[in-house]
Amino acid sequence: MITIPYLTAVSTYFSYGLLFAFGQLRDYSRLIFDWCSTNNLHGYAPICLAHEDFYIRRLYHRIQDCFNRPISSAPDSWVDVIERYSNDNNKTLKRTTKSTRCLNLGSYNYLGFGSFDEYCTPRVIESLKKFSASTCSSRVDAGTTSVHAELEECVAKYVGKPAAIVTGMGFATNSAIIPVLIGKGGLIISDSLNHTSIVNGARGSGATIRVFQHNTPAHLERVLKEQIAEGQPRTHRPWKKIIVVVEGIYSMEGEICQLPEIVSVCKKYKAYVYLDEAHSIGAIGKTGRGVCELLGVDTADVDIMMGTFTKSFGSCGGYIAGSKELIQYLKYHCPAHLYATSISTPSAQQIISAIKVILGEDGSNRGAQKLARIRENSNFFRAELQKMGFEVLGDNDSPVMPIMLYNPAKIPAFSRECLRENVAVVVVGFPATPLLLARARICISASHSREDLIKALKVISKAGDLTGIKYFPAAPKKQEEEKDRIKLD
Amino acid sequence: MIENSKAKSFASPLLWANDIFCSKSTGISWNSLAALCWIHRAKMDTNLVEMFRAGLNWVTMALDAPSARVVLFGVRIQWHIFVEVLLGFVIVILLSQKSYKPPKRPLTEQEIDELCDEWVPEPLIPPITEDMRHEPPVLESAAGPHTTVNGKDVVNFASANYLGLIGHEKLLESCTSALEKYGVGSCGPRGFYGTIDVHLDCETRISKFLSTPDTILYSYGLSTMFSTIPCFCKKGDIIVADEGVHWGIQNGLQLSRSTIVYFKHNDMDSLRSTLEKIMTKNKRSKNLRRYIVAEAVYQNSGQIAPLDEIVKLKEKYKFRVILDESNSFGVLGRSGRGLAEHHGVPIEKIDVVTAAMGHALATEGGFCTGNARIIDYQRLSSSGYVFSASLPPYLASAAITAIDVIDQNPELLVKMKQHIALLWKGLKDIKGMSLASDPESPIVFLKLENSSGSTKEDLLLLEKMADRALKEDSLLVVSSKKSFLDKCRLPVGIKLLVSAGHSESDLVKVSESLKRLASELLL
Repeated sequence: MITIPYLTAVSTYFSYGLLFAFGQLRDYSRLIFDWCSTNNLHGYAPICLAHEDFYIRRLYHRIQDCFNRPISSAPDSWVDVIERYSNDNNKTLKRTTKSTRCLNLGSYNYLGFGSFDEYCTPRVIESLKKFSASTCSSRVDAGTTSVHAELEECVAKYVGKPAAIVTGMGFATNSAIIPVLIGKGGLIISDSLNHTSIVNGARGSGATIRVFQHNTPAHLERVLKEQIAEGQPRTHRPWKKIIVVVEGIYSMEGEICQLPEIVSVCKKYKAYVYLDEAHSIGAIGKTGRGVCELLGVDTADVDIMMGTFTKSFGSCGGYIAGSKELIQYLKYHCPAHLYATSISTPSAQQIISAIKVILGEDGSNRGAQKLARIRENSNFFRAELQKMGFEVLGDNDSPVMPIMLYNPAKIPAFSRECLRENVAVVVVGFPATPLLLARARICISASHSREDLIKALKVISKAGDLTGIKYFPAAPKKQEEEKDRIKLD
Repeated sequence: MIENSKAKSFASPLLWANDIFCSKSTGISWNSLAALCWIHRAKMDTNLVEMFRAGLNWVTMALDAPSARVVLFGVRIQWHIFVEVLLGFVIVILLSQKSYKPPKRPLTEQEIDELCDEWVPEPLIPPITEDMRHEPPVLESAAGPHTTVNGKDVVNFASANYLGLIGHEKLLESCTSALEKYGVGSCGPRGFYGTIDVHLDCETRISKFLSTPDTILYSYGLSTMFSTIPCFCKKGDIIVADEGVHWGIQNGLQLSRSTIVYFKHNDMDSLRSTLEKIMTKNKRSKNLRRYIVAEAVYQNSGQIAPLDEIVKLKEKYKFRVILDESNSFGVLGRSGRGLAEHHGVPIEKIDVVTAAMGHALATEGGFCTGNARIIDYQRLSSSGYVFSASLPPYLASAAITAIDVIDQNPELLVKMKQHIALLWKGLKDIKGMSLASDPESPIVFLKLENSSGSTKEDLLLLEKMADRALKEDSLLVVSSKKSFLDKCRLPVGIKLLVSAGHSESDLVKVSESLKRLASELLL
């Protein structure tokens, strides 16, 4: 639970109010300026209306250098961040050829497959030479190679389901699959903090959408009861089917979903469960099989399991795993399977090799080491940050750690301070988070060593002191107490 | 008399209000009210009036002597004021009465539980039928002009490899060096350290090739259109789209929630009349944005859009054009710069150009190009760009190399055009099917002449034809496939995707095979 101090809330509102006021002032002066100059849009409406991009022009552009930072190396534990400069007060940023080597706390590289790997990369290059970068065809025409067939079997076995279907992009997986499964007359109940891809897919399907309070099975039960009793809006006919959509790890909160309770509620009310494991597959659980393994839920109870390969496997694409009939039906009707170019063959090979490493089938125990290391690193880092007095969200074992900032001015301050000390962090504000709750998000990787983490902690502590984000009291240091005790004795 | 008229003028608005309410709710008619007023004027000398006047005089005498009259708000109090005040009270009381509503009875807990127990959902998917079990061919080598299926060498007309760049050594070299440097994935969205220098270089290279100010790169070809359109088209805007656009565009149109009007496939007269109808209906709003959405080479039929006429219409009726150049980028035009070069239209006239790179460029992903304002706006509001991981760097470097190859080898385009012409010659007299695509398009579309009436039957027949072509003649061709989500109703048929890498014997072989199969299966 996020508990924002009263004074901080007041000062955040005041800051936003001030920024808004200044933005409006500049807009008015720009309006007067533009009256004098000519307009060449005769008869056309402006393509971006003035109020639609107010936030972009007046607030976002001021801190634009904290986002979209280009890198010139692999997204490993250390990256080369390219330096940029601006001549017009951050409106446009230009690249230079210089770069600084920074510790990378922002990329989704949970198991360290994001760069050259001794097992995976040679096999990927081999498959590139054999199959070329792309098949230029959809899966049903000439886009299925033997690698694709092997990949789907491998993923199904790894996740624990009878069959799987793979597409080339995680976002498009949700947008293309949800409309196939449910249409008008159906009900989708989704968690209030679900990702945009799920919202897009749900809107595109035409079904009615209801939202339940984030990660609260009791509220889900109330919503289900109400909706089944009431039926469809206006006609009150019974719903055709109900799908409940939840995520494994919520990327902005770092929380793990309460899956056992949600599954039992859904079973009681005969609703189908759709689990999006974009961040949790490969990162949590003893063998990396995701939130089902961690919480002890039988995979047969979850009807549709979805995930992406971008985070833990260092590749691209998404998958859906389910029963054989479900996958056959999807292969016949899913637009991403019928019309879109199939996933690039070298990327598919990377996923197969990464899964083999994780399961130990490559003959070494690197996979087990990686899984143990990411768990250790996450728990160590989170505990240390909490000891220092930062407000850190998320559950234990989750590699995603948001640190609360709140004030809009602290967003660029924290980011720039850390970059000055060669640590690259990610800061997120409105509209990805609610207005008051801006945060810095840390993603731990298995390729971070203990020294890296200690350096990161030192830098973050210094930046935190400068910006004043240690909202909780720091844990008292034990050594000083002992010293005092000795003195008294 | 003067006093009376003054009092009456004060009372007349009150009387008018009284009238409206009284006649509605209590049934006191206007007549009785008028009667009352007339009565009071006529009977000025009744006993009641006398008594009242006497009382009033007594009151004024009891108070200060100078105030000989009681004046309230500059009006002399007379007895009819009290009647009107009483009526006013009655009105207030009636207005404050609640109207009758039948009492609400919400469902009890027991009833809700019963309903939940009785409810039976539909199964998640309908039962699987035999035609859903059809398996696609599995390739064992690269999807170039010749590939291997089940150990046999097969001629491949199913890959959109128009310039034969699959397996080109320069592309493989640049991919290998990118893989060794950057690994496979980019591990993050563009906003959070997922922007690698090859992405920026790729965007600059595409802008230079097409001579446009700026470009934005997407990580998936299909998501390009359904992320771009909702960015610029919101609820209330008007979009005129061709009825044969592919599913990605249809999904984008649906997500944008604008008003969509379809015009007949590639028919400029239909477009003109649709635009005319829209403009006469909505002349008002200045903030209403209007768009025409079309594809350069339609994926569903192989037709080429007449861009010069579209641009003329757009300028006449003040619409903006969004064009999907997936199948024409690198293919049409003297140097492969797309439909604008093919028709001799300056590219600035097209407002938004998008393309998927999984066709002539033999890589994956997509891009959108246009003026700086449009591209900048997409970097923050396009959902497929902001909320999704970026394109793997080796695919971006493959795109740069592919464009370099196209620039340096214009003979690839010439070869491809020759192959298309050869294929047309060979398929001219096929029975049971007819060539429905444009003679210059790389997608050669053979539509069924006699449809059986049901799309499902037609699709099964075409699938059988494609299967037999693979088994008997070792040819991979595309038979139309339709998802139930696809709203396009164009005729179905067999598609052949011509490549510069095919040989003349391949083209002769496919013509002979299709002619034989068509005569066996369709007549």
